[in-house]
Amino acid sequence: MNNDTALLEPVKEQRTRTASLLYSFGEGKDLPAWFREQQRAGWAEFQKLPPPSRKDQAWRFANVDALKLDQYIRTSELSDKQRGELLDRSTALAESAARLVFANDQLLERDVIADSLRGHGVIFQPLERAITEYENLVRPNFMAEPPTLGSARFAALHRAFVCAGAFLYVPRGVEIELPIEVFHWLATPNAAVFPHLLLVAGEMSKVTVIEHFRSLRDQPGFACGVNDLIVGPGANVRYICVQDWSEEVVTVQVNSTRVERDGSAMSLNANLGALYSRLESRSRLVGEGARSDMLAIGIATGRREFDARTLQDHECPHTTSDLLYKNALNDSARTTFGGLIRVEPHAHFTDAYQTVRNLLLSDDAEANSMPGLEILADNVKCSHGATSGQIDEEEMFYLLARGIPPNVARQLVTAGFLDEAIARLSHEQIGEYLRRSIARSL
Amino acid sequence: MATATEQSAVNIDRSIGDFHYDVKYDYDAGVGLNERVINYICDVKGEDDWVREFRLKALRIFDEKPMPTHWASDDLNAIDFAKIRYYLAHGQRPTRSWEDVPQDMKRTFERLGIPEQERKFLAGVEAQFDSEAVYSNIKKAVGEQGVIFVGSTEGLKQHPEIFRKWFGKVIPIGDNKFSALNSAVFSGGSFIYVPPGVKVKHPLQAYFRINAENFGQFERTLIIVDEGAEVTYMEGCTAPKFNTATLHSAVVELVAMRGAKIQYITVQNWSPNVFNLVTKRGLAHEQAEIKWIDCNIGSRLTMKYPGVVLKGRKARGEVLSIALASNGQHQDTGAKMIHAADETTSNIISKSISIGTGRATYRGLVHVPRHLKNCKNNTECDALLINATSRTDTYPAITVRGTGNSVQHEASVSQVSAEQIFYMQQRGLTEAQAMSLSVNGFVNDLVRQFPMEYSVELKRLIELEMEGSVG
Repeated sequence: MNNDTALLEPVKEQRTRTASLLYSFGEGKDLPAWFREQQRAGWAEFQKLPPPSRKDQAWRFANVDALKLDQYIRTSELSDKQRGELLDRSTALAESAARLVFANDQLLERDVIADSLRGHGVIFQPLERAITEYENLVRPNFMAEPPTLGSARFAALHRAFVCAGAFLYVPRGVEIELPIEVFHWLATPNAAVFPHLLLVAGEMSKVTVIEHFRSLRDQPGFACGVNDLIVGPGANVRYICVQDWSEEVVTVQVNSTRVERDGSAMSLNANLGALYSRLESRSRLVGEGARSDMLAIGIATGRREFDARTLQDHECPHTTSDLLYKNALNDSARTTFGGLIRVEPHAHFTDAYQTVRNLLLSDDAEANSMPGLEILADNVKCSHGATSGQIDEEEMFYLLARGIPPNVARQLVTAGFLDEAIARLSHEQIGEYLRRSIARSL
Repeated sequence: MATATEQSAVNIDRSIGDFHYDVKYDYDAGVGLNERVINYICDVKGEDDWVREFRLKALRIFDEKPMPTHWASDDLNAIDFAKIRYYLAHGQRPTRSWEDVPQDMKRTFERLGIPEQERKFLAGVEAQFDSEAVYSNIKKAVGEQGVIFVGSTEGLKQHPEIFRKWFGKVIPIGDNKFSALNSAVFSGGSFIYVPPGVKVKHPLQAYFRINAENFGQFERTLIIVDEGAEVTYMEGCTAPKFNTATLHSAVVELVAMRGAKIQYITVQNWSPNVFNLVTKRGLAHEQAEIKWIDCNIGSRLTMKYPGVVLKGRKARGEVLSIALASNGQHQDTGAKMIHAADETTSNIISKSISIGTGRATYRGLVHVPRHLKNCKNNTECDALLINATSRTDTYPAITVRGTGNSVQHEASVSQVSAEQIFYMQQRGLTEAQAMSLSVNGFVNDLVRQFPMEYSVELKRLIELEMEGSVG
């Protein structure tokens, strides 16, 4: 039996079939009416919005041709053997508080959240269940932030097709020490997945979440994810994403973070895989004393293209944001960074920083940087810096003089270059995991 | 320090520029833009057929190109091209002596202080009155060195062998909508050729004025400096105030041959109803150096991004830019550096000050394509915000390919610190004086690079702009 449904083809052929696809993807599962309405609205919007064009400032320098979606399919069938292998390979950190594993947008496993947290009202559920059981918490926050950095069309597509992902709610004052892990797998050729994460951190709570995006085999696929972090007053949220899709995968990820009074958000996106990866991250600082740290590292090799667009949106006085994006480029890889610090009128006493560093390791690699500022307030401290350069010859000489072969020396220098962002995370266990992953990628 | 006579030369305060004499225009192409107007301009100027074709082609490109509002200010839509006069001149041959200049125009220039400046240290004066150069005087010494310093019409007619080769090559017609507009209707501007090895000691100067309501000024400047030669060119602008929008859209092309040096200095102080949309670019051959010093104080909206194409090995490009955006103004300025050869270096330093509801924008482009070695770019943008309603933006775009190049960009935004102001007030300065001193301090290291009389004028202009910005 083949339940595969092409992602976009039926649209062109037959409207009714598309509609039935939309309403039937959760067959047997009783989706609430509001969620079906979301899907219908998302689909309508997706059809209405034009595909991205390089003439659009939000897609300047981007290889928009990579975003043709005709070949991808929503597929449901996984063999027991595949399931077993996927579960075996869904390991990353030695210790975690809880774990969800999805493959081709199906839930494979949910590890129970640590017993000590059960009594505190922490909710960690697959999205599909949360939309029914915790509608009062999910519905007001579900894709509530408009995607403004260029990918509105893909956010709409996500809204139409989303069914997998995690909902995490940490009540007021609860601190979860161990990280919470979510795995998303692309398991079959040309599969399309729509990973979703909605995190609501209550007042003075503390949590660390790490997402792992992986491919079972080296095969093409499409991932279109949305991630919303809502950081309550005084809450402290750390979010890490290790994007390690196989090198034929095309991915668009739309992230947004809202930080309330005295809250603190720190995100780190590690781009290790995919052929074309578009990452949009928006941090809104909506309460006094809010802080957002946005970190990213990228290892761009082969024909990879990493396209990151960011917005540090200061909507309130006395807020801080600090961005550090570092890319190491090799072969004929390309990276694009388009970032903006926006200080809204009346958001006085803002501190905002933005730093982009590109390390070029080959003659065919290309780094594009567009660090931007829009300052509409007074009494602000803002700066940005962008550099592109290569390995310092003196550093190489030092290592070579100590008998280290050139290729190893280059790897060491590159790893050291990327380490600055990892160190900022100040999380020993995750830091070690990231360093191991980087070493593998190099 | 400045002597008394120098002082009187630089004492151009903005209220003096704010006047308007009735002038009878001998030639008037009417309002609006079409082929008839272009043909009219060609006929009046007696231009060759190739120039006519160039203009007509440019008009077609201008009509085809959309307004660049997908990235630029929507304010551009306020320009009504159908209401603008595209050509208007006295129809006089550029004159060589001061005595020949009509009396009423002379009064205009006298109030701008040109004669004094000329007497003192100018090598040549090319004063543009509306579209046509009416006054042109090259000092004997410069002429003897073989330097050609003429208006655009004259240059294309009398020295086609020199100017045609580079005309429209550094900035092609279709570079942008406004370069196409200029290519269609250009008149006035300077054409300069400096022969090999000639170092022009004194800066060549040109003053431009707009003096007719709804009249666009479309001057075209081409400066070619041959091997090992050097020249400094200065342009400064003041314009009377009018009620309806005025358009100024110039194209400036510089060509620096091997080892040549060009320094191009602009002080722009159009009145606050002028749209100032200018395309400026230089082509630097091997070991040549092109330096743009650009200061924007006036206009309603300025869009200007001087650029250098670094075509030869070890070529060097530099842009030093100061922008002062006062109430209601938008200074959208920046720089472009295209590295096209090994060991090329470029430097961009931009400082902007936003006052009241003023908005200063920096837009930059740095491009280092693949397989180049040892190219370096340094970009620094500093913005100063004076009031809570002031705005500043920075939009750089940097592309670097391959190893062996180094590019760095830094920008910062700050304001005058309350402590600094407090300190100065303690010592008896008023708040406005203290503010003015702080702002002058902010731009001081750049202003020092301007020729003396410009830097004095600039400081005064900043003081004037700062008046009433506090309290």
